[in-house]
Amino acid sequence: MASLMNAMVDTPAIGATFDLATQPLRELNRFLHRDLAGTRAVRVLNPDGAHNIAVGVDAPVDVDIDGHAGYYAGGMNKQAHITIHGNTGPGVGEGMSSGAIHVKGFASVAAGASAHGGLLVIDGDASLRCGISMKGIDIVVGGSVGDYSAFMAQAGTLVICGDAGDGLGDSLYEAVIYVRGSVKSFGADAHEEPMSEADIAALGALLKAAGMSHDPKTFRRVASMRGLYHWNADANQEY
Amino acid sequence: MNKPVEFHKCMQLEESWGYDRKTLDYIHNASAHGLYEIRGLGAKRRVPHFDDLVFLGASLSRYALEGYRERCDTRTVLGTRFASKPIELAIPITIAGMSFGALSANVKEALGRAATDMGTSTTTGDGGMTREERQSSKTLIYQCLPSRYGFNPDDVRRADAIEVVIGQGAKPGGGGMLLGQKVNPRVAKMRTLPEGVDQRSACRHPDWTGPDDLTIKIQELREITDWEKPIYVKVGATRTLHDVKLAVHAGADVIVVDGMQGGTAATQTVFIEHVGIPTLAAVRQAVQALEELNMKDTVQLIVSGGIRTGADVAKALAMGADAVAIGQGVLMALGCNHDSYFQNGAQHSAVEDYAALGTAPGYCHHCHTGKCPVGVTTQDAVLEQRLDPAVGARHVRNYLKTLNMELTTIARACGKQDVHHLEREDLVALTVEAAAMAGQPLAGTDWVPGR
Repeated sequence: MASLMNAMVDTPAIGATFDLATQPLRELNRFLHRDLAGTRAVRVLNPDGAHNIAVGVDAPVDVDIDGHAGYYAGGMNKQAHITIHGNTGPGVGEGMSSGAIHVKGFASVAAGASAHGGLLVIDGDASLRCGISMKGIDIVVGGSVGDYSAFMAQAGTLVICGDAGDGLGDSLYEAVIYVRGSVKSFGADAHEEPMSEADIAALGALLKAAGMSHDPKTFRRVASMRGLYHWNADANQEY
Repeated sequence: MNKPVEFHKCMQLEESWGYDRKTLDYIHNASAHGLYEIRGLGAKRRVPHFDDLVFLGASLSRYALEGYRERCDTRTVLGTRFASKPIELAIPITIAGMSFGALSANVKEALGRAATDMGTSTTTGDGGMTREERQSSKTLIYQCLPSRYGFNPDDVRRADAIEVVIGQGAKPGGGGMLLGQKVNPRVAKMRTLPEGVDQRSACRHPDWTGPDDLTIKIQELREITDWEKPIYVKVGATRTLHDVKLAVHAGADVIVVDGMQGGTAATQTVFIEHVGIPTLAAVRQAVQALEELNMKDTVQLIVSGGIRTGADVAKALAMGADAVAIGQGVLMALGCNHDSYFQNGAQHSAVEDYAALGTAPGYCHHCHTGKCPVGVTTQDAVLEQRLDPAVGARHVRNYLKTLNMELTTIARACGKQDVHHLEREDLVALTVEAAAMAGQPLAGTDWVPGR
């Protein structure tokens, strides 16, 4: 329990605090993987843009990161609820399979990349390729997303409360996008479809879970035309 | 009077070198279909290879080891740079990454059993880790590919090492491909794809670009696995000198270099034959990169792409590899391109099934169709029964055992008590091309082209 002793433990059974200005990242992640033993909350001070904070956690613990995080914050998360009180670098929540990540600021490229499940909420904007290759995660972006968001997205839902850049939903599989603002352009095989009652209900539940108050009826649904599912020589590669 | 000699005019048909029957067939097919050919396995063209090197056995100037009695070690340790739990293998011959999807679950199980029996490792592929291969493999390398199909934290923790795949020798610069006929319900579920789609995956990773990002990605994988598991980086052989240096810089424990003879389950023929460099050239460049960085023996090198025999293994090791990985060879050990298969206690001819694919045993490269006549590269419920995991495991075990015996035979003949003691000084080249690519002298000379 060396790492536990290094952690400034507020109340051992409930919460622990790590200060990345004085403690190495390795100690934090090791604690989160191995030494939680009933700890329900972990606070991370002075993250200062460090990469790989709280990656690979597999426990129902609340992690609060007090500041900006670098690459892959909360990467491959399971069960944990991670809140980033700042901005994040590339690949926040990449590969996560359950739990939740809440970015209070902005997110860089590839947010929620290839993630299988859980909920990723970004209060601000997300950059390029938000939700790339997503495989079942739900992502709610309070602001706008950059180009090629939901590229090759396979499953899950991407909610964009602001605008989308070029190539939205390029080569989409079965993931669904709801967008409230403008779309600069759709990517290959993506198109707008009518909103059904089921869409409105599902979107309403997601917005509620994300703490957003928009009316689901003000969103549009974007999904795959399924025209690229089978390789077609006659398409002349004009995707 | 004798009859004058009659001159029988024979037709002298001259085939064009540039427009031979193969090229004509290609042009006729292209003009008929407007579609490139997709196929399996690796480059079929002749390229400089390990066959173009020979060993200088011991003689008066070197002392040989007793071939049948004296000890020759084959133990191989991979991932000693940063990982707290390196991979320890009994032999330097591993099984290359091949996907469940490309191969049946029975085949993955057979490979796992054979690898475990031989004390070596097997590797997942583009499609995630199957229960069968994890259970049957003592040492399982888990690939992290651009598609990330089935790549999840539980299997990361279940794996013994992680292999970040940048590319493969058959198609450096290309993403995976699995045609719809092989995307059955189980494959589709593991990859989170609709059943029956032609799966054409991305060629770049979704969450990093370039070597600096890769450095952070590798750190992430290390943090997730608590710095226990070795991280391999696999590259298709192209600009190997630079790629290996960048992979070392990014923090790899082990580098896998896959030459152009490496196989694939489905790729465009033009890609297989015309992109990438021969394994022979790639090994030399990879070793040079490690030596220039003073990282030889700190970062281990695995070589793949057309390794077939114990001699190939020995030559790769002598040139500086720490281990090899074999894909196509083990599939052939399982029966790929064999004229028959063994099922329910009897041997059955597969020739008609090859003919139905428009091919014949010895020529088949139809892995992409999923209709493998011997049940190796298939997801078909009937065809996959043609490969019994226990029978397959025995064949692969025999194959690996043979290779290892050949390897130690050569090592002893060169006077080495350990196969890892084979060295470049033991090798010479038979052709100028091989001498130049491998950086080995032409036999009987001290001439290395370019030096």
